[in-house]
Amino acid sequence: MRIINRNPSRLTNFYLGLLPFAVTAAAYMIASHYRRLDNPSDKLLPSIGDMGASFYRMAFVPDRRSGDLLLWIDTADSLWRLGFGMALATLFALSIGLMIGFIPHARSALAPYIATFSLIPPVTVLPILFIIFGLGEAAKIALIVIGTAPVMTRATAQAVMDIPRELIIKAETLGASVLQMLFRVVLPQTLPRLITSLRLALAPAWIFLISAEAIASTTGLGYRIFLVRRYLAMDIILPYVVWITLLAFIIDRLLRWLSRRAFPWDHLEGDSL
Amino acid sequence: MLKRLFRCLCVASVVALPLAQTPALAEEKSDFKVCWSIYVGWMPWGYLQDSGIMKKWADKYGINVEIVQINDYVESINQYTAGAYDGCSMTNMDALSIPAGGGVETTALIVGDYSNGNDGIVLKDKSALADIKGQNVNLVELSVSHYLLARALDSVGLSEKDVTVVNTSDADMVAAYATADVTSVVTWNPLLSEIAAQPNANPVFDSSGIPGEIIDIMMVNTETLKDNPAFGKALVGAWYEVLELMASGTAEGKKALEEMAAASGTDLAGYEAQLGTTRMFYTPADAVAFTKSADLPKTMKFVAEFLFDKGILGEGAPSPEFVGVAFPDGSTYGDTNNVKLRFDTSYMQMAAEGAM
Repeated sequence: MRIINRNPSRLTNFYLGLLPFAVTAAAYMIASHYRRLDNPSDKLLPSIGDMGASFYRMAFVPDRRSGDLLLWIDTADSLWRLGFGMALATLFALSIGLMIGFIPHARSALAPYIATFSLIPPVTVLPILFIIFGLGEAAKIALIVIGTAPVMTRATAQAVMDIPRELIIKAETLGASVLQMLFRVVLPQTLPRLITSLRLALAPAWIFLISAEAIASTTGLGYRIFLVRRYLAMDIILPYVVWITLLAFIIDRLLRWLSRRAFPWDHLEGDSL
Repeated sequence: MLKRLFRCLCVASVVALPLAQTPALAEEKSDFKVCWSIYVGWMPWGYLQDSGIMKKWADKYGINVEIVQINDYVESINQYTAGAYDGCSMTNMDALSIPAGGGVETTALIVGDYSNGNDGIVLKDKSALADIKGQNVNLVELSVSHYLLARALDSVGLSEKDVTVVNTSDADMVAAYATADVTSVVTWNPLLSEIAAQPNANPVFDSSGIPGEIIDIMMVNTETLKDNPAFGKALVGAWYEVLELMASGTAEGKKALEEMAAASGTDLAGYEAQLGTTRMFYTPADAVAFTKSADLPKTMKFVAEFLFDKGILGEGAPSPEFVGVAFPDGSTYGDTNNVKLRFDTSYMQMAAEGAM
């Protein structure tokens, strides 16, 4: 049988998925083992046990100085910033995206501007952000919004323009007002695409969150990583990276689940990743 | 299934090979790499490489020494700790927390200078150090700035609990100071002079208040040095040739200073101003005297206690004395069975005696 027609069984499917993870972990453990043979307190590649102990300490042992459970404080603060930023970006993308996609005059006025704006690398305008938003929470959230909203807006506008023109004309022939068309035809067709663009924007959003926390902060997952990097505490950094990856994965899966539950008609054409 | 597992392991070990390179293989070798980053007291390292003086001394001892500039200070120390370099310029504090705390036995080969005003605290609109109470203080957390703040607070009967430390990237410090939120910063030169020059800025404390505590040193791997004395001799010999040139006041010396100034992004006047707040040890005899003084063990004790208090002497460190520090007279601070940082004046002494 040709390889393209050979499908793995359920069990093989599971183990094949696991394989690259296992290889990575094994590679890490071997390298770590040899480095620690030479220097038992090697900081670069600590043992899995050391990392587990550090993670446990960050999560369940109150910090000696502040008495806080650092992991949960960092996680809560980071998720709040990310959530608030992404909520603002989504609202912006939806409102401006609908206007650009649906109203030709708004498109003429805004589309070139948003397209240009979306190409500015946000970290290059950091000093300007500091002066406008200060150094507190506002600046961090602003960096996330500026980094993600323009691209999401363009994706949303494109989603509106991708709606078959016939649908709009049909609604118009049936006597729908602009607002009726907006809420009954355009919005439902756009929302699943908005969720997709939100899922895609989460990757850059995490990057902007971490960079914002690296610049000036007192808490947050990015803050902790950049702080302990000063003494090469990979035993804290690596579990934090795994933790961030896990959080991002869960958020992504939740959004996919939401999209499937709310808009099952949009998921009829086969499965997506 | 077993065969597959075996194959996986083979792949894994190949992937892991470059990572598993152990730091500082203890053996005689002929090629060495040291790294440095931009700082007033370390600019001679760049000049050493560019002027060919390093090559001259390395040739004399039949070895090769490459001096590499790394743009990020912490990254350069991390690279050294990971084993990518045989030596690296860093402060006494970072040497204790990063390589020594990470089990890489390190020797202070060339004690180059100490900060004598290069690190400082600036308050906006307020003019006394005690006014810092209750403020947010922007600084690079766990750096020498943090140490300076702790020592300064101590001097006016305050502690870190009286302020809120906000970790702020040094790259953004000047821009941060321009915002209304920021009322006090601790930083180093050239950022310090930039911030202090603004109209509402009042420098209230600087490192000249704790002279000799923030020391800039060329640190090398102890094992490598032990097996390759030629490496130590070449570095020390070349270093003091350039420092003599800098202090000579000749046209050639001025040209060297101008090159260093340009490399650090300023002009001769700006570089000389920075040198003014740096106590350079231009002669090996000066450096030896400083390293042998009774103040150094006291300073290292302060530093170790500060690091322990911040929880960065390594996990499982039961006390500030967990990592041992050895001094030139043979005395040690901390655990004598875990000496990971050594101050060794023997190479500088050789230079002082002209025995290179």
